[in-house]
Order: sequence, then structure tokens, then C-alpha cells
Amino acid sequence: MPEITRDEVAHLANLARIDLDDAELDHLAPQLSVILESVASISGVAGDDIPPTSHAIPLTNVFREDVVEPCLTPEQALSGAPAVEEQRFSVPRILGDEQ
Amino acid sequence: MTDTLVAFDDVLATYDPAMGLEVHVELNTASKMFCGCPTEFGAEPNTQVCPTCLGLPGAMPVVNAKAVESAIRIGLALNCEIAEWCRFARKNYFYPDMPKNFQTSQYDEPICFNGYMDVDVDGEVFRVEIERAHMEEDTGKSTHVGGATGRIQGADHSLVDYNRAGIPLIEIVTKPILGAGAKAPDVARAYVAQLRDLIVALDVSDARMDQGSIRADVNLSLSPKGSDQLGTRTETKNVNSLRSVERAVRYEMSRHAAVLDGGGSILQETRHWHEDTGITTSGREKSDAEDYRYFPEPDLVPVAPSRDWVEQLRGTLPENPTARRNRLQESWGFSDLEMRDTVGAGALDAIEETIAAGSTPQAARKWWLGELARRANEDGVEVTELGITPVQVAAVQALVDGGSINDKLARQVFDGLFAGEGTPEEIVAARGLAIVSDEGALSEAVDAAIAANPDVAEKIRDGKLAAAGALIGEVMKAMRGQADAGRVRELILEKLS
Repeated sequence: MPEITRDEVAHLANLARIDLDDAELDHLAPQLSVILESVASISGVAGDDIPPTSHAIPLTNVFREDVVEPCLTPEQALSGAPAVEEQRFSVPRILGDEQ
Repeated sequence: MTDTLVAFDDVLATYDPAMGLEVHVELNTASKMFCGCPTEFGAEPNTQVCPTCLGLPGAMPVVNAKAVESAIRIGLALNCEIAEWCRFARKNYFYPDMPKNFQTSQYDEPICFNGYMDVDVDGEVFRVEIERAHMEEDTGKSTHVGGATGRIQGADHSLVDYNRAGIPLIEIVTKPILGAGAKAPDVARAYVAQLRDLIVALDVSDARMDQGSIRADVNLSLSPKGSDQLGTRTETKNVNSLRSVERAVRYEMSRHAAVLDGGGSILQETRHWHEDTGITTSGREKSDAEDYRYFPEPDLVPVAPSRDWVEQLRGTLPENPTARRNRLQESWGFSDLEMRDTVGAGALDAIEETIAAGSTPQAARKWWLGELARRANEDGVEVTELGITPVQVAAVQALVDGGSINDKLARQVFDGLFAGEGTPEEIVAARGLAIVSDEGALSEAVDAAIAANPDVAEKIRDGKLAAAGALIGEVMKAMRGQADAGRVRELILEKLS
């Protein structure tokens, strides 16, 4: 029976940058366990001959030709940015390292 | 903070190194991986962006067919199997270099897998097994503002340019490379060099390490000699020259050994490579793969290359670099040692092109492995990164062959080429380097040298021809090197016979 622990929920919340307090963790962890359980029950129905589905449409190889198309102007691109400096998006100090 | 290091030979007495190399190749497609934005290097910031590569809501990616084609060709050239069916996946993380908060990559279904490359290290063939080569997109470029060093540490804020975000990348990952022992640094370098040659031959990337179109991450661990358990590894990121690949492996081996010898344990982390000082420093603790919460990209349908297409692409592969080396060696008449030095210096293409531009094989080799290699070594760059072209080298040699300069003067022509003073011919004219063929001037200089050295002249008259060397030297000095030493010798012997 799949179960997600409170610690795992706290870890996932941190990875997803969702700020959950203790009460919310207590509340959500059991709920998520129930959801996982329900989803897992599908595995019981699907036989080995049914591959997991990630796309609803049975299509493959949807490609575009390697052709350059018009871009946004820098003004357009930066128009929604909270802060701009030197034609770049200005973001708060980054903690930690690049990926 | 300085790391304690163990001498390289001492590392090998106690430990076996294991390496893993991850090489990112930026493809040379005209447009990005999932949108039609151009991929020019060095454009003004944020001029090559659109809703898709900026991750704006509602934008839908579509795969660039050429990028898939390049991925398959790279895989085939690396003797990989090509997936019959594979998907893209989202690698989720929060970092402003990807505005979507995920990078579109591939996870457990890479397009190419299970390959190998036979790497030539000083004449010995070493097989590097390829785990996978997968498609992904490059990230934006951050500039950190404030703080003393321009690095993240101490910065007030960062500025992001998304021109690079979405440029197609192929990440090529080796299986653990074991058993290289003392040759580990050389194997790592030779692998990246040979991979770069292959990429160039395939014409799928600019393959400019200095511009970041090929970037290597070096994983290294040590295990006690004879143990079959791999040690804890570190991943040194963004090692961007062949020489640095070798140095980074060497440095991490020495650093790991010191930590382990001192009874410590290696922290699994990424390390920053410092090109200037040749050391690594601690980066971040390595996330577990599961923390990226990879899942299949719902906005892109699977890629299922038909076997017909794969075979058709196999037919477009260039000559295998090893076969090509053998062919060129035979045609140039190089000894094994000469060929090994040529390949080791990364000068194969340069020499081939210099010969194509009119030089003899030995003349081409003389410049690329002599004067130019010396300068490259001084500057700490690859000989092909000097900015001197094969056509220029051939033109310099043509001036030597034509008798207007000699090898010594040719070095000054190279000085002029480095300084951007024009073509070799223009430099010879502007610097007044041409050999003096004025017999009168030469004759005067010879007479002066004889007059100044009566005892030497006497010896030559007595038949001690070896003594002529001293007079030749004096005349050449008087002519500022701009004389044909052979002709000077003839004149001296004529006058003293």
C-alpha cells in the first residue's frame, strides 16, 4: 500500500517552493496518501500488455523544419519583467549554484 | 582555503581512479530546439527570444527536426543504439536560467544509448563506453552583479539573458571509465579531443570549446587499489578546454587522495573549475536525481525514428577519425611518432588544410608542431586556438620556398600575423624582412667579416672549412639575419680559396 510520509511531503513542498506549516503538513500528508492509493489501484487493472500512457493522442514525430522565425523585440520580451537592467531580466540574488 | 594535495604518483600507489565524462554539445542548427528563434553566438541580450523559450504561459514547443537528426548522427558515430521510441521529460528546478522552472530534457529514454569510442592515447587504444546521448535545451546566461569577483558569492542581484535558452544540446555521458590508472588524465583529454574531432567531422556543432559550444563535466572518484567498489564522486562542472580536462582530473585525483589519506570522506558535490589557478572549489551538494521530479513532457509527443531514417542517416556519417588518421599518415609519410605528436597537439586538421593550401607535409608539420605549438604552449591554449589559419601558414612557407625569407625570419612574420599586420607578404614588406639578395651588399659584409677576423680567415685558407661557421654567423648578424646563409658560405669559401 503506497504511503507518503509527512517528511516526504515536507521535502516535496520544499522542492516545489510551497511553504507549508506544520498543521498543513499534518493535514495534507494523509490526503496525498489516499490519492496515491487511488492512483495505484489503476496498476492493478492494467495488464503488462498496456504501456503507461503519457500522451492522450497517439502521435509521434511532430517536428518543425529548422527555419528561423521572427522573435520578440527586446522591449516586448522584457515588458513583463519586474526589473530590467542592461537589457536583461534582473532577478534577486541567487542562492546556491547553477544546475 | 587551499586544498591539501597528494603527489600524482603517490595517488596511484594507493588508489585506482574512476572517471565519468559528461560532454554537452551545442548543435549548430539555425533555430532553437523547440522554437524558431535564431541561435547566433554573441547577439545583443534578449534579442533571440520568443514566448516559447521565455516560458510564457500558453506557449507550445515543437521539436526541431534537424536537432533530432544531429542527435541520431552523433549516436551512430558513437556506435550507439538508436531508440525506436523515446520521450522528452521535464527536469524541474527553480533557477532563473530557465524561466519555465524546468529544463526540457530526456530522462530514462535517451535517443541514443550503449555506444563506445576507441580512444587513442599515445598509440594505445582505450575503449570508452558510452552510456547515453540525449537531447535537451541549453539554459540562459546569468551575469552576477556586485561582489568582488563576478561570481554568485557576494552578488547583490543577477541579470539574465535568454538568447541561449532553448539552443539544442546533446549531452553525451560515458559509463564509468575504469582501469586508466596513471593515464586517467590523458584518457579524459584524448576522449574529449576525439569526441570534438568527431563532432567537427559530423558538422553538427561549431565545436568551439572557448565559446562554450562544447562543455565537459568531469566526474571523478578514487577507490582503494584492487577494490571493485567505486568511491564517492565529485563532479567538476564546465571544464572548457582540453588542457583543463586533463588538469581537472589530475587535480581532483590529488585532492581526493589527500582527503582519503587523512581519514576523511569525499562529499558528493559539484566543484567549480578555475582555469586561471588550475584548482577546483566546492560548489553545491549534488541533488539526487529524484529531486528533479522528472516526468514525461506532456507538450511534446514521443520521438520514434523509423529504421529507414536511421539507416539513411548512417549513410551520411563521415570517415571514422581513426581510419582517417591511418590514411593521412600513409599519404604524408609521417612516422608513428610524428603522427602521434600531430594528433596529440590537435593539429591534424590544420596540417591537412595547410597541405591543401600548397605546403609539403613536412613543412606543414614543422610550423604547427614547432613554432606555433611553442607559442600555444606559452599562451596556454590549443594550437588551433591561436588565430593563425592554415592558409596563412602555407603562405609563410611559400615565401620560404621562394627564397624571400628563411625560417628564422618567418618567425617574425608570425609575430606580424599575431599582431594583425596583414598578409604574410605585407608583413615581409612592412617590416623589411626580405632576405637581401643584393650580391654587392652581401659581398661587402663578407669582406668586412674576413678583415675583422684574419686568424679565422687563415684557418679557412688552410682548409679548415669548419671555421667558416664563425664568419657566417658574423655576416648573418651584420645582415640582421636577412641573408641566405648558404649563399654567405659560398661567398666566404670563394673569397678564401
